[in-house]
Amino acid sequence: MSTTAAPYDPAEIDAIIQSHMDLEGPLLPILHGMQAAFGCVPDAARAPIADTLNITEAELHGVISFYHDFRREPAGHHVLKICRAEACQAVGANALGEDLLKKLGLDWHGTSADGRVTVEPVYCLGLCACGPAAMVDGQVRGRVTAEALVAEVSA
Amino acid sequence: MKVWVPRDAAAKALGADAVAAAFEAAGAEVVRNGSRGMIWLEPLVEVEQGGVRVGYGPATVEMVGAMMDGSAESLGPVEDIPFYARQNRLTFQRCGVIDPLSLSDYEAHGGLAGLRKALEMSAEEITTHVTDSGLRGRGGAGFPTGIKWNTVRQADGPQKYIVCNADEGDSGTFADRMIMEGDPFCLIEGMVIAGLGVGATKGYVYLRSEYPDAIEVMERAIEIARENNILGAVLHSAHEFDMEVRVGAGAYVCGEETSLLNSLEGKRGVVRAKPPLPALEGFLGRPTVVNNVISLATVPVIFEKGAEHYASFGLGRSKGTMPIQIAGNVKYGGLFETAFGMPLGELVNDIAGGTASGRPVKAVQVGGPLGAYFAPEKFDTPFAYEPFDGAGGLIGHAGVVIFDDSADMLGMARFAMEFCAIESCGKCTPCRIGAVRGVETLDRIRDGDGTAIPLLVDLCETMKDGSLCALGGFTPYPVMSALEQFPEEFSGVKEAAE
Repeated sequence: MSTTAAPYDPAEIDAIIQSHMDLEGPLLPILHGMQAAFGCVPDAARAPIADTLNITEAELHGVISFYHDFRREPAGHHVLKICRAEACQAVGANALGEDLLKKLGLDWHGTSADGRVTVEPVYCLGLCACGPAAMVDGQVRGRVTAEALVAEVSA
Repeated sequence: MKVWVPRDAAAKALGADAVAAAFEAAGAEVVRNGSRGMIWLEPLVEVEQGGVRVGYGPATVEMVGAMMDGSAESLGPVEDIPFYARQNRLTFQRCGVIDPLSLSDYEAHGGLAGLRKALEMSAEEITTHVTDSGLRGRGGAGFPTGIKWNTVRQADGPQKYIVCNADEGDSGTFADRMIMEGDPFCLIEGMVIAGLGVGATKGYVYLRSEYPDAIEVMERAIEIARENNILGAVLHSAHEFDMEVRVGAGAYVCGEETSLLNSLEGKRGVVRAKPPLPALEGFLGRPTVVNNVISLATVPVIFEKGAEHYASFGLGRSKGTMPIQIAGNVKYGGLFETAFGMPLGELVNDIAGGTASGRPVKAVQVGGPLGAYFAPEKFDTPFAYEPFDGAGGLIGHAGVVIFDDSADMLGMARFAMEFCAIESCGKCTPCRIGAVRGVETLDRIRDGDGTAIPLLVDLCETMKDGSLCALGGFTPYPVMSALEQFPEEFSGVKEAAE
């Protein structure tokens, strides 16, 4: 963990927390709100969230770390999610994944040294009849090739 | 000129947005409908010609001019395409037909008729009507929906809830996504009727984060429903109901109803022991209906056309229709809604046309990552709850994933264990540790250690009997079905063909 990361505005953190406090079960919406604003759930948000919800930071850590979606640090500029589930495996997702990782010089969950791209496995995007499927910066893609995906994240 | 270009994620994934933009630039009136479910034809454009919607697909930007002047080669009237014409569309009657966010379109195609009938019924009559329809949980468990509703109706509590399980994580399934993107008011109407039936005034749709397009459409549809008094004071009656979307965070196990409830409460998505049933102590400890998207989205048509009509479809205790999703290595992949009872082989070979690769079908996995593999020898199994149970499998959420003869069945069994290990919530030891040991044991078998096979069988028994939920409990289905039907691949002598 770098301590030189961009400082997160405590007022903004607080505003995100407060904007969800009228919900029943506000924690996941708060964490999604943090991630939408900062690209991650910053460590600086932990104490204020725990205080406001009257839970321990350990409990909060348990929740954050349970879910694949929540990051401690922002992802790369582009995020590539590659489906590795059965329906995509039936049309070559395993070979595609290996090829892609090789081309990018990364492992699953890795981010390139220049911060350009993060590649993650995902287990089903609901595009099971047009696989192999992927998501590029939140946009769905069907019948993908490693070449096309690399080209998309090269910009 | 009116054209329809789907906004469904599968159509978008294959280039629908660019096609829609090209039509708009050319001056056409573009409706972004849902998908008709014929995914191999997406983007499937429909152009109105003489009052008939004529299909073109897969459509490209280059074809736009020719589609507009009628010179492009068409598929004929979309509803005459055999894959579509052979279905019994009840739940999906409007999906792909209407503009998903047009309430007037929705009403013109039968929408809200069910809710209006339900408003004239008592709560008890509503739950009885659902029971009479024979509707069972479409998420996979197959529990009678009306009985669940009746339990919640009779429960005491200051607040009751309707929770829609839209955490459709099973590979090979996309029915929930399609209906939320293609006919979101149908789900809303179903949840409102559920609220009337059990006395709940608040609903949540727990929608997985992997479905950004569905989230967008559902949220907009809920706003429109509020503005038009479908939500709030329901159709200006004395009944109140409101709902919101809650986005998941990438945990497969949250598709299990009790971990979903924990997640909704802002906790780790760990499975709860039952009892207490969620019907009595669910969200925030209050009486809660947890139903799958398709269960709830089927409710409006049951009220619109009557429980007897719905129950007249199907086979034995599997009443009504099921939107079956055919995926993987498939020639004609997509969503096929049909009455329960069609033999699996007819779906795979006749409807879906076998594999995309043109190679022989080796096996199909039915029911997601926790579903069994079926070799062609079992293709006479009728698609319904009890027959699948009897054949050592489950229909689950009705996803059928086709594999050709290049599939590595030991590899697929290993993947089932690997997936279970990744997604285990950690509550039960057989699942948390057993899945890891399962991967190791399968690696031993691959390396030629035949003595590990009895260990694998024993491990599967332990996971099946000793896990609280279906993740640990059903992971043995794909593993054991692969082992039993393809023993030669587990013999430990065959070299792994890379």
